[in-house]
Amino acid sequence: MAKVIKKFIEGNDACVDGAIAAGARFYAGYPISPSSEIAEGAAREMPKHGGIYIQMEDELSSMNALLGASLAGKKSFTATSGPGFTLMQENLGLGIMSEIPCVLYVVMRSGPATGAATKPAQADIMQARWGTHGDHNIIALSPSSVQDCYDLSLTAFNLAEKYRTPVLFLSDEVIGHLRETCREREFAPEEIFNRVQPAPGTTQEEFRPYDFSGTMPAPMPAVGDRNLLMRTTGSTHDEKGEFGPGPANINKVTHYLTDKIDKNVDDITIVREYKMEDAEVAIISFGCSARSSMSAVDILREKGVKAGLLQLVTIWPMPEKQIREVLQKVSKVVVAEMNLGQLAKEIRSFNDYGCKVLQANRTDGVLITPQQIIDALEEK
Amino acid sequence: MKSYKDYMLFNKLPHTWCAGCGDGIILQSIAAVMAEMEIDKHDIALASGIGCFGRVDDYLDINCMHVTHGRALPAATGIALGNPNLTVLCTMGDGDGATIGGNHLIHAARRNINVTAIIANNYNYGQTGGQYSATTPTHSITSTSPYGHVEHNFDLCKLAEAAGATFVARATTYNPVQMRKLIRQGIENKGFSLIECMAACPTHYGRYNKQGDAAAMLKRYNELTVPVEKAKNMTPEELEGKLVTGVLVNNPRPDYYTMYKKIIDEQSAAYEAAQA
Repeated sequence: MAKVIKKFIEGNDACVDGAIAAGARFYAGYPISPSSEIAEGAAREMPKHGGIYIQMEDELSSMNALLGASLAGKKSFTATSGPGFTLMQENLGLGIMSEIPCVLYVVMRSGPATGAATKPAQADIMQARWGTHGDHNIIALSPSSVQDCYDLSLTAFNLAEKYRTPVLFLSDEVIGHLRETCREREFAPEEIFNRVQPAPGTTQEEFRPYDFSGTMPAPMPAVGDRNLLMRTTGSTHDEKGEFGPGPANINKVTHYLTDKIDKNVDDITIVREYKMEDAEVAIISFGCSARSSMSAVDILREKGVKAGLLQLVTIWPMPEKQIREVLQKVSKVVVAEMNLGQLAKEIRSFNDYGCKVLQANRTDGVLITPQQIIDALEEK
Repeated sequence: MKSYKDYMLFNKLPHTWCAGCGDGIILQSIAAVMAEMEIDKHDIALASGIGCFGRVDDYLDINCMHVTHGRALPAATGIALGNPNLTVLCTMGDGDGATIGGNHLIHAARRNINVTAIIANNYNYGQTGGQYSATTPTHSITSTSPYGHVEHNFDLCKLAEAAGATFVARATTYNPVQMRKLIRQGIENKGFSLIECMAACPTHYGRYNKQGDAAAMLKRYNELTVPVEKAKNMTPEELEGKLVTGVLVNNPRPDYYTMYKKIIDEQSAAYEAAQA
């Protein structure tokens, strides 16, 4: 039996514990509310596990330090929020292009700018998807409990390692500061995915740091590997990692980077269904709003309304197949989120079924309530 | 005996730099130092940014991480902490190292990260057509200061010294022998080293400021050079506009990783004891 420790902790602390349990040994970041407890937790816990915490001068450098340490073989993570996330976008692009794994915990707050810096929001859904420049793809997960912060940390690191890409962990102020019981289970070695290494005996002549032929990345030896030299770049490159700005190659790299996520969507997508079996109306939600949505389903069920919930744990890539199934099945959907409809707009783009898509939005920095979601559903 | 050629990718030549550019001299100096020190190339990592000198990794057969403009030092910081056994070099121009990445420079120096930063200072952004940088001297003409530059420029070595760099040196491309010696001393310093390499840009800065061809610019470096030993007996007025070369700072102190490793050792031992 794996060792399990029960702790009564907040979501941000569970992120740190989950990251370390998943094998993370390098943290670089810049403190920002409401994510700072992750920095503090990393500073406190990392050395106990042989890991390093460094507080950088800003989020630009934090991202690059993460990528450098990851290239040197350390699973790396950072934590940030709104404006800090914006500064990380520059080199999030570098991570995507260079194909260097890392995990970014983004604890969403009310914005733009300083906004209401200590209040919750879920308004960085589109920043997560399109914040960095150029055509690209991204993986983003959204926790709705302290337990999720721990368990999904493993998922986030595993996806980062498997697909050689930065992964976003889109938490929010409610989940970050919520205290719940968390069962911290020691992850079994077979549950932990470590980046693929080149086959033993691979020569430097044979080795390619990149592989654009399929939808899975090339093996990734660490800088410092005894046999192979590693080369990564943010410039458009060929499979040897050398500058390759020819039109055909630019096109190939762009498609490869997007296909790598799109074509593996079934492997990446996680959704949770709550009372969807016989549902006639549905709520689609994520993160802290999914908790209010779950209560709304229970209240509606008590009133005799056959309601269900589709919770998106993977936000990006959007779980299109599962969303379409819901749109096809029910007559009415309410999209519950703490922004002005960033997710709702995506869901409408899949609505080829005449389903009525309604919105329950909240942007005042107060957690969305079950009643507000019920009211949106009952709107004429 | 190793040769500088063992660390180069000759199939990538001819290089991208203009005729008369100083960057090739620095490239050869770096490769020559690695050969002289006989470092296993698997133990060397280089982070480079964007700009003429940022392309130096194209020609080196070592571990290379080519990053965004100005961010080479944070990337080098990550590599150095991710694997403290590596020799980590960071190559930047004055745009990368002193301007967009100026903040990273002072903090890497202050933290004493075990990285040797080699900045090619050609007083302008050569790759993009000769715009001014934070090292462009006042009154200079560049493509973005067509009427003369009104800003005061950084003295990079003084900046690094004030920020706490443990080894700071300056060389010019007129004297590659000295350049190699200083780069080697920088690598041997366990901590943050800055080697400022003055590299002429005859294509843009030289032409805009009527400094003649590459040979004339090199001669000018020689005329302006004052060895640091001599500079100690000169007044600030006498040193105005001069290039003081040699070892300017050699003041070792424990690097970031050495300091942090003590914490790791203490905390991991205490943690393991508590678990037992």
